[in-house]
Amino acid sequence: MIYLEMNHVKKSFEDLEVLKDISLTVEEGEVVSIIGPSGSGKSTLLRCAALLETMDSGDLSYLGQKAVTMENGRSVYAKPNVLGKIRENFGLVFQNYNLFPHYNVMRNLCDAPIHVQKRQKAEVEKQARELLAKMGLVGKETAYPCQLSGGQCQRVAIARALMLNPKVLFFDEPTSALDPELTGEVLKVIRSLAEMHMTMVIVTHEMSFAREISDRILFMDQGVVVVEGTPDEVFSSENDRMKGFLGKFRDM
Amino acid sequence: MRFSLILSQLSQGMGRTVTIFFLTLIFSLPLGLLISFGRMSKNRVISSIVKIYISIMRGTPLMLQLMVVYFGPFYLFGLNIGNWRFPAIIVGFSLNYAAYFAEIYRSGIESMPVGQYEAARLLGYSKIQTFFRIILPQVIKRILPAVTNEIITLVKDTSLAFSIAYAEMFTIAKQIAAAQTTMIPFVTAAVFYYVFNWLVAWIMELAEKKFAYYR
Repeated sequence: MIYLEMNHVKKSFEDLEVLKDISLTVEEGEVVSIIGPSGSGKSTLLRCAALLETMDSGDLSYLGQKAVTMENGRSVYAKPNVLGKIRENFGLVFQNYNLFPHYNVMRNLCDAPIHVQKRQKAEVEKQARELLAKMGLVGKETAYPCQLSGGQCQRVAIARALMLNPKVLFFDEPTSALDPELTGEVLKVIRSLAEMHMTMVIVTHEMSFAREISDRILFMDQGVVVVEGTPDEVFSSENDRMKGFLGKFRDM
Repeated sequence: MRFSLILSQLSQGMGRTVTIFFLTLIFSLPLGLLISFGRMSKNRVISSIVKIYISIMRGTPLMLQLMVVYFGPFYLFGLNIGNWRFPAIIVGFSLNYAAYFAEIYRSGIESMPVGQYEAARLLGYSKIQTFFRIILPQVIKRILPAVTNEIITLVKDTSLAFSIAYAEMFTIAKQIAAAQTTMIPFVTAAVFYYVFNWLVAWIMELAEKKFAYYR
């Protein structure tokens, strides 16, 4: 089943064309990574998919439900209540976590399920404890985000997104704010989600990680998808820009 | 004139001063929040009107504003409102302080990282839930020092009620001092303001500590 479908997405900030006709389809259980240099439009594409940015042109649907349709070459967004329903299909993990600093870990996880989804407190807290255990965060229930390391914060953020049982989980450079040691613990969590066949779209600069866990990789540059395919296809691509980009990583 | 007599005469005024203080806070703190919404409104007409309002409130003396509120209804419309003096003071103070509080709220709200709104949106919070559950609690922490400043100024500004002949504490102090040619009422008034503000600062510090559990 197709979980996410975007077609011919275009997006400009003022005069700067950030996305130039990009299409992306994600099937159930698929892990798709988007790689590419800074400023290539990866994050913008992800943020358009997560309805955080409005696209100028193109369409977008989740599980066949249309969030954005094309009319006369322009994107038209569905009504707010429809978009609200569609938002339940996905979660997003930010580069800088965006945890709520005034809530402790447990409340960060449980507040939305209880007050937005109106679920039972006991059931929500049970789910939260299970997730914290999976994330290796037992004992941190009453800690505040400022008392946690970056890696722990990011794992809390992943747990918070999972609390709403999304169909698709987006990651916007989830390890870019972390040192290599903390990066490892976050990647471990994402890897375990991949093993559970969680549908994920990951914008990342971690090349070997992307290669290892992805079913498909998109290499973006200057607002277009330059190379797309399985990890092996992408990493052995003869495309000059792709080779140049990977070469820089190999040089490091 | 014995000190105890001066004190008993002043104490009546002190009660009035404290009343002005609390009523002004009760009205201006919520009103300020509403005004800050108007100031940040995407509707140009609303935001412009509110901007002019704030500009006038900050740009003219509070004493003059009190007079306009007190004399305005009669001079402008021939309205004769019974017992208008005290309500006029509360209205004047509240309108003025709400403008200052509005700008403080705005500074706090606009300093919030956009990521907090985005995270809330992803989690399905409505706009109202986002504001009251996520944004406002953090804004209050951020603006407490600025609010403390304003509240301390309010304590001292209550003496401006004398301008429309309302006998709050300082008005009475001046009368006694003039009649008895003594400094005692002034010194007593100074001690009163100082202790009042010391209490305000102490309570606000407690509030800041209460919010210190997170960064």
